[in-house]
Amino acid sequence: MGRLDRPGLLFALIGLAGLALPLVQFKPNRIVLGEGVALWSALPWGLPLAVVLAAVLVGGCWRIGAGWRLAAALAALVALVLALGASAGHLTPPDNTLARVSPATGFWLATLAFALMLADAITRLRPSLAMRWLLLGLAIGLVVAALASGIVDGISVMREYEARRDIFLREARAHLLLAFGSLGLALLVGLPLGVALYQARGLRRPVLSVLNILQTVPSLALFGIMIPIFGWIAANVPGAAQAGVAGIGVFPALVALFLYSLLPVVSNTLTGLNGVNPATREAATGLGLTRVQVLSSVLVPLALPVLLAAVRIVLVQNIGLAVIAGLIGGGGFGTFVFQGLNQTAMDLVLLGALPTIALALVAGIALDLLVEATSRRPKGA
Amino acid sequence: MSDMIEIRNLTKRYDGAVAVEDVSFTVESGQIAALVGTSGSGKTTLLRMINRLVEPTSGQVLIDGEDSHSLPGYLLRRRIGYAIQGHGLFPHRTVAQNIATVPRLLGWSADQIRDRVDELLNLFQLDPDAFRDRMPHELSGGQQQRVGVARALAAKPDLLLMDEPFGALDPVIRAKAQDDLRHIQRQLGTTLILVTHDMEEAVTLGDRIAVMDKGRLVQYGPPSEILTAPATPFVRDLIGMRERPFHLLSLTPAHAIATEGEAPGAPIARDASLREALAECLWSGRSAVPVEGGGIVTLAALQAHAAPTARAAE
Amino acid sequence: MIGRVLLGAAVLFLLAFLLTPTSFAWLFQPFTRNNAPAIYTQTPLWSLTLSHLALVGMAVVASTVIALVLAVLVTRPAGREFLPLARTVTAVGQTFPPVAVLALAVPIMGFGAGPTLVALFLYGLLPVFENALAGLTGQPPQVAEAARGMGLTPRQRLTQVDLPLALPVILGGMRLTAVISLGTATIGSTVAAKTLGEVIIAGLLSSNTAFVLQGGMVVGIIAVLLHEGFQTLERMAAARTGLNR
Repeated sequence: MGRLDRPGLLFALIGLAGLALPLVQFKPNRIVLGEGVALWSALPWGLPLAVVLAAVLVGGCWRIGAGWRLAAALAALVALVLALGASAGHLTPPDNTLARVSPATGFWLATLAFALMLADAITRLRPSLAMRWLLLGLAIGLVVAALASGIVDGISVMREYEARRDIFLREARAHLLLAFGSLGLALLVGLPLGVALYQARGLRRPVLSVLNILQTVPSLALFGIMIPIFGWIAANVPGAAQAGVAGIGVFPALVALFLYSLLPVVSNTLTGLNGVNPATREAATGLGLTRVQVLSSVLVPLALPVLLAAVRIVLVQNIGLAVIAGLIGGGGFGTFVFQGLNQTAMDLVLLGALPTIALALVAGIALDLLVEATSRRPKGA
Repeated sequence: MSDMIEIRNLTKRYDGAVAVEDVSFTVESGQIAALVGTSGSGKTTLLRMINRLVEPTSGQVLIDGEDSHSLPGYLLRRRIGYAIQGHGLFPHRTVAQNIATVPRLLGWSADQIRDRVDELLNLFQLDPDAFRDRMPHELSGGQQQRVGVARALAAKPDLLLMDEPFGALDPVIRAKAQDDLRHIQRQLGTTLILVTHDMEEAVTLGDRIAVMDKGRLVQYGPPSEILTAPATPFVRDLIGMRERPFHLLSLTPAHAIATEGEAPGAPIARDASLREALAECLWSGRSAVPVEGGGIVTLAALQAHAAPTARAAE
Repeated sequence: MIGRVLLGAAVLFLLAFLLTPTSFAWLFQPFTRNNAPAIYTQTPLWSLTLSHLALVGMAVVASTVIALVLAVLVTRPAGREFLPLARTVTAVGQTFPPVAVLALAVPIMGFGAGPTLVALFLYGLLPVFENALAGLTGQPPQVAEAARGMGLTPRQRLTQVDLPLALPVILGGMRLTAVISLGTATIGSTVAAKTLGEVIIAGLLSSNTAFVLQGGMVVGIIAVLLHEGFQTLERMAAARTGLNR
C-alpha cells in the first residue's frame, strides 16, 4: 500500500487526457465537420460521471488488488459506452434526423486507458484458461447486449447501420465467408501439401520459395490479377458462369486469400511435424504402427499446437485482408470502408472498420486460448 | 596482510527464506578455498555476495581489511576475477576482445592490453597467433573454459571467484584443467574461492574446504581434517565413506613419503599423488614403486597413510 | 549461387523497367483490351517507386527507433512493471488489420501520405518491438552473469552485450516490418498517398490488367529484394555470434 504503480500512472495520464478532451462530436449533418462536446456538457449526469472516472484513474496509481482493478476498469468501460449512447439522445433535438453524434478523441482515449487497465489487470491476475474463456465470453456478451439494448442507437455509426441493416448483414456474411472459406480451402490443400513435403525433403525448398514469393505480391495486386483470370474462366469454361463464377464478386477474392494462406499452413505443418521428437517417431514405428498410423495417431496430435497457430495467423490475416475485397467488388466489410473513404463519410468507414477489428480480435484471442489448451496437454504421454 | 578475505556473519534472506545464514570464515592470501555442498546449500549465493552480485542482508566482506562496500558494486567487480560454469564468453567478440573486457573497462592502453592478452594466452597454452582472433563458438569446450578463466585473470586481480568452472567439461579434460588451474594459481599467487558440488574437486584443489548445508557453514578446515574428522553426518555423507581413503591418499605427493630402497619397474613422477602410487602398485602387482629422483613408496606405507588419524580416533 | 544470379537479374530488370518502362510495352500488351495503354504513364513509375520507398523507409526507421527505445525501457529494472502489459498489447495490437488502421487514421490525418505513414508506423512498431523484446530477454544467462560479474555497468551491458547480441533478431523484426509496410503502402493510394498502389488502382478502375500486373510486379520484386537483403544482414550478424544454425 502507498506505493505508486507506474503502469497505473500511465493509464491515468491517458485517461485524464481523454476525459478533458471532447467525448463526442456533434455534427449538423453527416458530412460536415462538427464541434466537440466534453463529457460534462454532453450529459446531465456528465460531471459526476467524469469525477468518478477520474477518481478510478487516480486510484489506479496506487497498488490495489488486480481483481479490483479489473472490476473498476470493466465498470468504467460500460459507463463510457452508456454515456456515449445517452449523450446522443441528449444532444440531438428530438425531431432532427440529420444531426449526427459520433465518438470523438476523448472517448477513444478514455476507452484506451480503461482497456489498458483491464488488460493489465488480467495479465497480473494470471487467470486460468477456463477463466479467460469466461472473460472473453463476458466481453462478447457485453458488446452484444450494448448493441441489442439500443442504448447506443443514437450514435452515428449505428445510424449508418440502421440505414443499411440488410446490406450490413449481407456484407457480414460475405466477410465471414471470405475469411473462413479461404481458411478452409487453405487447410484442405495446405495440410496434405505440408505432409507431402515432410515426406519428400527434396521438394521443400522449391515449393516453399514459390509460396514465399506469392506472399510478397501486394494484396491489392493479387486481388486485381484474379479479376481477369476469373473473367476468362467465366467466359470460356462451360458451366462456370452458371455456377456463379465471375470476374467480379466473391470468387477472385476468395482465391486470392486462399493463396496468401497457403504459406503459413504449409510451413507450420512442416515445422510442427519436424518438431516431434525423433525418438517418439522411432518408438511408434518400433511398436509396429504403419506410416499412416504414425502420422495420424502420433505426429498430427503432437503437432496440433503448431497447426492451430497457423490457423490463428491465417484467420487473423484474412479477416484483415478481406477488407480489400471491398475494393474489387468482392463484398465484405471493406465495402463500407471504401465507400466511406470515397464519400469522406467517416461514420461509414467506422461501420466497416469496427466489426473487422472486433472480429480479428476475437478470432486472435480465441485461437490463442485454443493453442494454449492443446499445448498444455501432457507432452509425450 | 595474511588475511586476504574475511567473511563476517554473512547472511542472505529472500522474503524471509534463508539462503545463507551467518557464515564467517577467512581465506589467507594465495590460498584456494573450495565451497562444497549440495545444490541449494547456499554456496553459490555466498560466492556471489563476495563480489556483490548478490547484496547481503547483513554481514560484511573484508578484502585486505577493507569493507567491500566502500566501492560501488561494478568497480568492486572489476577488481575481482569471476569465472562461471559454461564460461559465459561473449559470443559476438573474439577471444582477444573477450579477454580484454576488464582491462578495457579500466582504461588500459591498447599496447598494454595486447601484451596482456598474449601473455595470458601463452599461460593457458593457447597460441596467440592462432587463437587471438577466433570467435568463442570456434573453440572446443576445454579451450572456451580456459579463455573464460584467462578473461577472469586479465586485469591481474588478487582475488578470483569461480562457480563450478569445470562443470561443463568431460572428465578427462576436467582433470587437466584442474591441474593447469592449480599451477597457474600457484604461479600468480592469486587467492581463489571456488564453488563446487564435487568433493573430489574440492579435495584436489582446496587448501581449505568449506562445507555448506542449508545455508550454514558446517565445517571449515584443511582437506585432511574434513576427511578424517567430518563434523556432522552430512559432511560424512558428502565425502562418501567408500571414497574416503582414496581422497586422503590424493592429498599427499609421492616424494613426501618416499623411503630409501629399490623397487622394480617404471618409476612414478615425484609430484604424483599417493593415490596414483596405489593404483600403480595394484595394477602392476608390485608391493612398491620407485619414485623419480630416488626413493620408493611401499604398499605398507600407503596403507598406513590412507587413514592414520581416522583409525586412531575410531 | 543460382539465387544470387537470379537476384542480380531481378535488380537489373527492375532498374531497366523503371527507367524505360515503355520499352517493355510488348510484355504487357497481351493483358490489355480495346487498345488500352500497356504502360502506366500518368505519373512516371520511377517517381512513384521513389515516393513509395520513401514512405516505407520513413515508417520503418521511425517504428524501429521507437520500438527499440520501448523494448529497452520495459526490459530495464525501472520499466519491468510494464513488461507483461507490453507483451499483451503487442499480441493484441498485431491482430488489428492494417487496412482498418489506415482507414481510421484518415479522420485524424486527412487524405494523402499522412494517414498511410501513421498506419505503417503504428503497424510496424509491433514486429520490431516483439523481436527486440525476444532478443533482449532471450540471452544465455551465463553471458549476462559474466557481464555483471566483470563489472560492466547496466548501460555498458546494454550497449556492449545485450544490443549486439540481439541484433540478428532485431533485424528479423525490421525485415517483417519492411515487407508488411511495402505491401500495405499500396493500399495507401486509396487515401491518395503517392505509391505504386496508384498504378494498381488505376488498373482496377479501368479494368486494365496490364497496370495491375506492372504495379504488383514492381512491389513484388522490391519485396523479394528487401527480404533477401535483410536476411543476408541477419545471417552476417548471426554468424559473428555463432548463433546461426
